[in-house]
Amino acid sequence: MSQAAIEMIGVNKWFDTFHVLKNIDLKVGSGEKVVICGPSGSGKSTVVRCINKLEKHQEGIIRLGGVELTNDPKSVEAIRSEVGMVFQQFNLFPHLSVLENLTLGPIKARGLSRKDAEERARHYLERVRIPDQADKRPAQLSGGQQQRVAIARSLCMEPKVLLFDEPTSALDPEMISEVLDVMVSLAEDGMTMVVVTHEMGFARKVADKMVFMDAGEIVEQGPPEHFFTKPKSERCRTFLSQILQH
Amino acid sequence: MKRTVFMLLPLLVLAGCSSSSTWGWYVIDPRSETGWINVKFLLSGMGDTILISVIAAVISIALGLLVALPGLSTKRGWRIVNRVYVELVRSIPLLPMLFWVFYGLPIIFRSMGINVPIDPFWGAIITLALSDSAFTAEIYRAGIQSIAKGQSEAAQTVGLNYFQTMRYVILPQAIRRILPPLANQFIYIVKMSAFASVIGMQELTRRANELVVTEYRPLEIYTLLVLEYLVLVLIISAGVRWLERRMGADERQ
Ligand SMILES: Nc1ncnc2c1ncn2[C@@H]1O[C@H](COP(=O)(O)OP(=O)(O)OP(=O)(O)O)[C@@H](O)[C@H]1O
Ligand SMILES: [Mg+2]
Repeated sequence: MSQAAIEMIGVNKWFDTFHVLKNIDLKVGSGEKVVICGPSGSGKSTVVRCINKLEKHQEGIIRLGGVELTNDPKSVEAIRSEVGMVFQQFNLFPHLSVLENLTLGPIKARGLSRKDAEERARHYLERVRIPDQADKRPAQLSGGQQQRVAIARSLCMEPKVLLFDEPTSALDPEMISEVLDVMVSLAEDGMTMVVVTHEMGFARKVADKMVFMDAGEIVEQGPPEHFFTKPKSERCRTFLSQILQH
Repeated sequence: MKRTVFMLLPLLVLAGCSSSSTWGWYVIDPRSETGWINVKFLLSGMGDTILISVIAAVISIALGLLVALPGLSTKRGWRIVNRVYVELVRSIPLLPMLFWVFYGLPIIFRSMGINVPIDPFWGAIITLALSDSAFTAEIYRAGIQSIAKGQSEAAQTVGLNYFQTMRYVILPQAIRRILPPLANQFIYIVKMSAFASVIGMQELTRRANELVVTEYRPLEIYTLLVLEYLVLVLIISAGVRWLERRMGADERQ
């Protein structure tokens, strides 16, 4: 493996006086799938949001493809073109059609022609298995379909890394698997993925590395075989026993 | 419609009372020659009142957005700029501001070597636009803030910069919260445009004043003046209500 896709070294972050991330060290190799789990408020979203600069970290180094993130707008622009993000609440643009949701970034930020952008959009709609909804508004789709559109929207930017922040938590149970299926197939295609989720079935299937966070720290990380069978820390064991009960 | 009739009622009563010999509607009676000339003189101020108001509103709509944006920044310094502007402009009464713009501003310009005289027309427009912009800025700010943060985050993650995010994602959604109150603000401008009369702008109010001086019939002439504004404002508020219904319908869809 060449250089890491994402590298976090000694990252600290505070919200005012609240120390939300404590000495985060995390390495994601190119093509690797990392699943982050942990109790509510442990800082999972914040880690992911620091990687694409939706949040600023105050200490430490974050590198993407070997290039360090700084606050200079050029660097932020560079990240945005390499890192896609899928949100818990989908965050589709409600005033635009599905197709327009997918083409907005490529046209306005990348300067693609409308024709090329639409071609690309239709390709990725097919990829997430909703080729026939292009002209609908997001509100006319089910939650599962909306989240798949959101995934397609990220893919249209052709990122090197995809971040997922609890992509199935806002979904009705019967729609979770259609979204996970798409994510599994992305994983099989070699996409580098960082996924915050409590779907342990998915984690077992695709994760190269499991990360457990608690109170702003990475308490434990390692390959899923070890992680699920013999977690080292008590906190991790308790957490796993709680969520695996369901 | 009913409401309109009720509002006109007191004026009609006044008109009724005035049939006695001490009241003289002849001064604006369109059937007599001088009456018709007077009415035409008064009504022809409508053009300037509307023109001043429309131009001031257009400027205020642009300026308001410009003032609102720093108010939405995450940086404290920018938010302070917004607060100072809004609070300052909002607390200055219109008439002193008009005097300052009309008599004071040209002196500042001259001292900077810029020779732009400010005539009553532009003096009125600048003042109205300035004064109104504090309100339009707040309307924009509230409208934009009503759009969830996730929208601008999603826009950023697909590579849009700040202005593209505003232009293609935030404003198109905020517009239905912004447009009706903005249109409402237009009523404020139309009413406040009466102050332009003080610096010599021959709009509706100025013309009424001038005619009162020569004819000495204040009741009749000012009654017509009030009616002129009333009609203008009623037309605009009908427009606002239509807009609100349309925007509301859009939202439900
Ligand atoms: N903008 C913010 N300002 C202040 N505190 C924040 C902010 N965002 C998050 N926090 C706090 O930081 C902590 C970590 O938040 P984060 O959203 O990263 O947790 P999480 O692990 O994703 O939790 P969840 O499972 O509930 O999504 C929480 O205690 C949260 O209240
Ligand atoms: Mg979270």
